[in-house]
Amino acid sequence: MADVIDDVVGRSVAPGKEVLLSLRDLTGGFNTDDGRVQAIDHVSFDVARGEVFAIVGESGSGKSVTAMSILGLQPTLDITGGEILWKGRDLLTLPEDERRRLRGNEIAMIFQDPLTALNPVHTVGRQIGEMARIHEGIGKKQALDRAAELLDLVGIPEARKRANMYPHEFSGGMRQRAMIAMAITCKPDLLIADEPTTALDVTVQAQVLEVLLDIKDEIDSAIILITHDLGVVAGLAHRIMVMYAGRGVELGTTREVFYEPRHPYTLGLLASLPRLDDVGDEPLLPIAGSPPSLIRKPSGCPFHPRCRFARVPGLCDGEVPALRLVAGDAHMSACHYAEELADVTIESLRASVDVTADAELLDVGPVLVGPNGEDDVDAEPTDVFVEEGVAHPGVTERSLDDEGPATWPRREGGR
Amino acid sequence: MTSYIIRRLLQIIPTVFVALSFLFFIFFALPGDPAQLIAGGAERSVEPGVLERINERYGLGDPILVQFKDYWQRTIQWDLGESFLNRRSVNEILGERAVASIRLAIWALIIEVLVGLSVGLLSAIRRYSWSDRFTTIVTAVASAIPVFVLGFVLQWLFAVKPNQWDWPEWARLRTSGIGPDSWTLFFIPTGEQWRYLILPAITLASVTTALLARMTRGSMLEVLRSDYMRTARAKGLRERDVVIRHGLRNAMLPVVTLIGLDFGTAIGAAVLTETTFSWPGLGSQIVTSVNDRDLPVLLGLTLAVVLAYAFVNLIVDISYAWFDPRIRLGKGEQA
Amino acid sequence: MTLTEQTAPGRIEAGAEPTDVADLGAARPLRADVWRRFKRNRLAMLGLGFIILLTLVAIFAPLIAPYGITERSSGHFREGPSLDHWFGTDAIGRDVFSRVVYGARVSLRIGFLATLIALVVGLILGATAGFFGGATDSLIMRFTDVFLAIPYIILAVSIATVVGRSENSIILILGLTGWLFVTRIVRASFLGLRRLEYVEAATALGFSRPRIMFRHILPNALQPIIVYGTIAIGAVILSEAALSFVGVGPQEPIPAWGAMVAQAGGGSLASAPHMLFFPAAAICLTVLAFVFVGDGLRDSLDPKLK
Repeated sequence: MADVIDDVVGRSVAPGKEVLLSLRDLTGGFNTDDGRVQAIDHVSFDVARGEVFAIVGESGSGKSVTAMSILGLQPTLDITGGEILWKGRDLLTLPEDERRRLRGNEIAMIFQDPLTALNPVHTVGRQIGEMARIHEGIGKKQALDRAAELLDLVGIPEARKRANMYPHEFSGGMRQRAMIAMAITCKPDLLIADEPTTALDVTVQAQVLEVLLDIKDEIDSAIILITHDLGVVAGLAHRIMVMYAGRGVELGTTREVFYEPRHPYTLGLLASLPRLDDVGDEPLLPIAGSPPSLIRKPSGCPFHPRCRFARVPGLCDGEVPALRLVAGDAHMSACHYAEELADVTIESLRASVDVTADAELLDVGPVLVGPNGEDDVDAEPTDVFVEEGVAHPGVTERSLDDEGPATWPRREGGR
Repeated sequence: MTSYIIRRLLQIIPTVFVALSFLFFIFFALPGDPAQLIAGGAERSVEPGVLERINERYGLGDPILVQFKDYWQRTIQWDLGESFLNRRSVNEILGERAVASIRLAIWALIIEVLVGLSVGLLSAIRRYSWSDRFTTIVTAVASAIPVFVLGFVLQWLFAVKPNQWDWPEWARLRTSGIGPDSWTLFFIPTGEQWRYLILPAITLASVTTALLARMTRGSMLEVLRSDYMRTARAKGLRERDVVIRHGLRNAMLPVVTLIGLDFGTAIGAAVLTETTFSWPGLGSQIVTSVNDRDLPVLLGLTLAVVLAYAFVNLIVDISYAWFDPRIRLGKGEQA
Repeated sequence: MTLTEQTAPGRIEAGAEPTDVADLGAARPLRADVWRRFKRNRLAMLGLGFIILLTLVAIFAPLIAPYGITERSSGHFREGPSLDHWFGTDAIGRDVFSRVVYGARVSLRIGFLATLIALVVGLILGATAGFFGGATDSLIMRFTDVFLAIPYIILAVSIATVVGRSENSIILILGLTGWLFVTRIVRASFLGLRRLEYVEAATALGFSRPRIMFRHILPNALQPIIVYGTIAIGAVILSEAALSFVGVGPQEPIPAWGAMVAQAGGGSLASAPHMLFFPAAAICLTVLAFVFVGDGLRDSLDPKLK
């Protein structure tokens, strides 16, 4: 299995580009009082010099944990398998000292909330300068000068003055720029940006992202961009990995993932986004249900309880789908029926589902597609598929467990 | 910053004024007739003539507002009156007793800060280790042991028992009184003085040390979990430097306040400790005055203590504001 | 609340007061859950057991104590523990065990009643201040500040001087000085909860203010109060012991543990350490028990505090 992935994943990077980071089959979790939280499950991907690699997923999908495990910032994460290769060396087997030397120096991280990520009692200049002092051993004055230069580079006006100010004196956007400045101090080969714009206003987001891109070009570094916001990804990333429940479920170029999605989850994400060219009342399609508990993951494919196309009982709940090549050179998906999804587009998906105007009830359910594309059983339009334990007026709850997937509500109507 | 100081001062002055007036009224205006109190207490009955004589002698017959005015007039000039008991000037008593209390308090503070801070920090850094568990239990238990009990236990262990077991003279500590009252540099004990100082100082420090240790531990734990600590690690700093350079200063912020607030606690503990060890300070004087119903002395000492407490709080607030740049420099820009 | 503020919640752990608004509206665990979690906490269960035992002892004191509190066994002064006198005798021949047992009544009664007064007064004041905010809040807070400016023991002692020394005076004093902290906690709760969205929703729906205050905010605010109240009982007992020690507590012949400790000092310490040990142990164990139970309650009520 690992070899197959290796082969394909390795090809996902355009030939000729230098692969810097290589994750293979990374698996790990946390041991909590309530059980083991399997946060990362056989995650594999490559990142090459100069490219922007996006990891996309909901909260709890494991994207942040994956990123932080690259730097080894989570001492409580118990890694049980796989490897993280950085320029050929497996970071997981490196002694702590060496790992520490990489942090900030070759791989730097930009965190989500710059207000809490910066120390409130030190000046910004000092914190940025600290990066240089740690890895290059320069003096205090020099470090401060360098900090001012960097602040200027990221577009902060009056950089010298600003360097002597405290984080709370900066605005949100400026703070994030300062974080970026801090991260690039030692010209790292890889920047990991964990939700860099989530805490910011929309207008400021664009600016910060631009700064990020410009910087990347300046220092020729790669970026791993972690986000749940597909919009951010569209304009920036070269390649995308979609994560769900700790697994990579789709991996491909931006174009492939956005225009030819091959995983039901990706399809669901895309279908739930409004588009500028939407006309009138085309419905947005939510993905019913909520992310699974990482302690008790569903059997087989972790997405199957929420999947419109799930065939249960069958492969979907029986076997965990592996990430495999499904289209093009290196477009991979972890779905048993990925090939069939080639015929599904977002438009057709939306058209096929009739979302009623009644805002209270979610009138969707899993759509079962027979082998020839026809529907299986009659649907009950009033059946709803709701979260367990959440009361919806007018709905009597049925637990998934007591009746089995065969009786799940289905849709009438063709595609 | 200056505006902050001024604001705090403006808050404190009326508060202290009201507090002291309140005390005045408790003593001199409440149901318990002060003359009655002087004569022997709220419960006993007294010969009629005695009450009149007392009233006259101390001006207690005047209408209460007149007394109040007199009281404040005198107090502003720092004339605290005379003891009912022996007509000694309260100022004098205050002066004598305050010195002894201050000396004891300084040492208790030294012990508190040294032991409390280090224990708290270590226990936060080495969370879940046996030393952390041990300290947690010890501090919990320590907070349940009354100060006076601890005082007696220490006395028993270090003074009574050594006597009984015939320990050498140099190992025996003293438990009563202030001893030779010999000091240099105002607070450093000379000669035999330390034997009389050490037990009361430890006893007085015990309460605040336990509190400080717990608070420091809590504060440090919170800091260790902060995002900026993670950022510091992501920069490649050694763990030790992460803690010292980034964690410490943030963790110390609330602790500074606590040391000041502990002063209030310490006052209570001081009263008990001084009584237990017969240390001639303000605390023990207050207790004797209560039992003697010596109102002027009680009021005068109380006034001094309230003022000192207010002053210490002010200093604490100011230093906190100074240490935390968020307060010192004002709000700055927002997102 | 206490003489030494040893066990006020704000002192025990940083952050015991609800400072995060998000926490305040969080789901409250069901009663069954709370009890289950509490049961798992061995220290808390021990504490609870001790308190129950002590209460029973206090209630059945006349049946348990072999001697009266003023009864003297002549010729037996300062004797150590023996079959006749389990805890020994004091300086004038009284049975220490019996006095400790009766002392339980004194301490528990003072503890519960004073705390009750403090909670009620503090609740009313704090709720008013926190809920209405603005000028009312400032006024109440200024008022509280005045009391806080006077170190606790000075206040207690001063009032005691004037009001006389009896059990009821002590209850009053401790209750009236205890509300200060309760007010602060309640106020913090209310201030925080007031801003939560569901309160806004309730207001928008036209619920009257008192209704909002009582039905919606109060149940949430009660949680820290319950925890504080429990620990406070221990603190009050500690304070009462201290006041008795200083001579301001219930007067002889009522046996107050603190006073008994006072009598054990000085000369008696060398010859009769048992006079110190038993009442002192009684105080310590009782306070510890309440602290453990209070801590246990807090841990079981707040699922996030792992």
